Amino acid sequence: METLISRYRNVSLLVALVFAQLLGLAVQVKRSNENQSTRLIRLWTVSAITPIEKGIAWVQGGTGNLWRNYVYLRGVRQENRDLKYEIEHLRLEQVRLQQDAAQAHRLQVLLDFKEKYVAKTVAAQVIGSSGSEQSRSIFIDKGETAGIAKDMAVITADGVVGKVLRAYRSTSQVLLINDQSSGVGAILDNTRLQGVLRGTAGGEVILEKVMADNQVQPGERVLTSGGDQIFPKGMPVGFVTKVSPGAELFLNIRVRPAANLSKLEEVLVITQKEDRAPAAVASEPVRAVDVLAQRLPSVPPKPPAETAKPAQAAGAAVRNSSNSTAAASTSAKPNGSPTDQPKAPVVKPGTAQTLPSAPVKVSEQLRKGTGDESQTLNAKPSPPATPEEKPQ
Amino acid sequence: MPVLTYTSQEQVEVYRFSVPVAVLVPLGAIFLQTFLPLQLHFFSIFDLPLLVVIFFAVARRNPVSGMLTGAAIGLLQDAMTHQPIGVYGIAKTVVGYGASSLGVKLDVENVGARVLLTLFFYVVHQFVYFLVARGLVGLNMNWSWSHELIGAFVNAIFAAVLFTLLDRLKQRA
Repeated sequence: METLISRYRNVSLLVALVFAQLLGLAVQVKRSNENQSTRLIRLWTVSAITPIEKGIAWVQGGTGNLWRNYVYLRGVRQENRDLKYEIEHLRLEQVRLQQDAAQAHRLQVLLDFKEKYVAKTVAAQVIGSSGSEQSRSIFIDKGETAGIAKDMAVITADGVVGKVLRAYRSTSQVLLINDQSSGVGAILDNTRLQGVLRGTAGGEVILEKVMADNQVQPGERVLTSGGDQIFPKGMPVGFVTKVSPGAELFLNIRVRPAANLSKLEEVLVITQKEDRAPAAVASEPVRAVDVLAQRLPSVPPKPPAETAKPAQAAGAAVRNSSNSTAAASTSAKPNGSPTDQPKAPVVKPGTAQTLPSAPVKVSEQLRKGTGDESQTLNAKPSPPATPEEKPQ
Repeated sequence: MPVLTYTSQEQVEVYRFSVPVAVLVPLGAIFLQTFLPLQLHFFSIFDLPLLVVIFFAVARRNPVSGMLTGAAIGLLQDAMTHQPIGVYGIAKTVVGYGASSLGVKLDVENVGARVLLTLFFYVVHQFVYFLVARGLVGLNMNWSWSHELIGAFVNAIFAAVLFTLLDRLKQRA
């Protein structure tokens, strides 16, 4: 026996090595359901690799910011004009949406409806990936010290990105929604059909568990349903690209993720959610002309006696809501004073009405950088700058 | 009795590497493998750690050190994924053993041989990975010859350039 082993020493060693790793794999696979802690080898490797990635990302970000903020400003004036024009249009749209939102809130109060709100987020920069086509995950530069924990939702301004898989001290691993081991509770925007969003081996995203007798059209928006207890309800996930009959009476629905998962730079981690009943809004509807008077810089301000009425009504709504949201809404304002700006009714991020406000807030935070600041997604966008404050 | 090989023993050079090179090159390969796909998405088709395993195995021409290098690099690569540790480890152990064993028998110093060697071992690596990932870990994977062959070809071309650069780090044993 000894001669046999010594004669085939190399092959024996190969078999032993492979066997040891197979054994290790088997142990991991067997124990993967018991929610055990991170393996030491993962910790060592991540600790060795991610500091370099963080350093390079920092240098890269600094250089990029220098270029974008100081050197490359061609066309900014025109872009500024276009954006202002777009803002005016969006404000008009917002007036209409506010009426719808107020109506929805009234109905929700009547039904004693509770749902999850996004209370705090942490902005983080993407510093690395898994480097494997079979493991679609990324590393971000924020970890436990920034308040990040396992199973927290990760989003961008465009839509859902994934969830935190492992939180290390100063970095975290995020499982993307197009990985085959991920699952997101999703709902189709128009038809309100619910399903489970899964990744495939090829990196595509499909919506499962939608019965074949339902009509689903390509182009329909897919939102989070909130059923997975990770993602708040109503966040954009993607768009239906292809619908075909699948196995076992279910439809095979392909979804294009709203967030560009192959070009992620900055993300937001939702570090705190809270269950709240929606705040009651003023029973008296706010007139469109009043809202426009408050928001459009071109319209002269109304006398205090007339403008006080809607502002007070909205202010009462904010006071009725929870302290954290009220405080966060205040902190989102440029001067930080709760009495300086007219208050709007508290809106929830989970509904279609308030979805536009979430991306606005997200993109604002991303533009500010990737600090540790925590802000609300459902805070009202800042009022427009006065003519004196406008950037030249 | 001497073993008959394609090249005579006199032609076969055995190389060694300094400790910094032996440590930093694999770590650098894993770093680039995880960092570059974020900037250049097409880079995910390359498997730099695999190329490094092949290079070290062939240069050292020692099956034991080849498989140990493969196992170490593979396990480190596994640690950067969210899958169980050992899938890449097994695949690269097999490649390390195979490449170093072949390196003893063949002249793998010229570019053509290196391209063919990488082409072959890339497919071997993917096949072993596929078997373990699907059979043991239970990943839902499909084998696509076209995808694997394109990957093998691209990696083989890249290996020819990379090996030329890494040749500068070799020391005659």
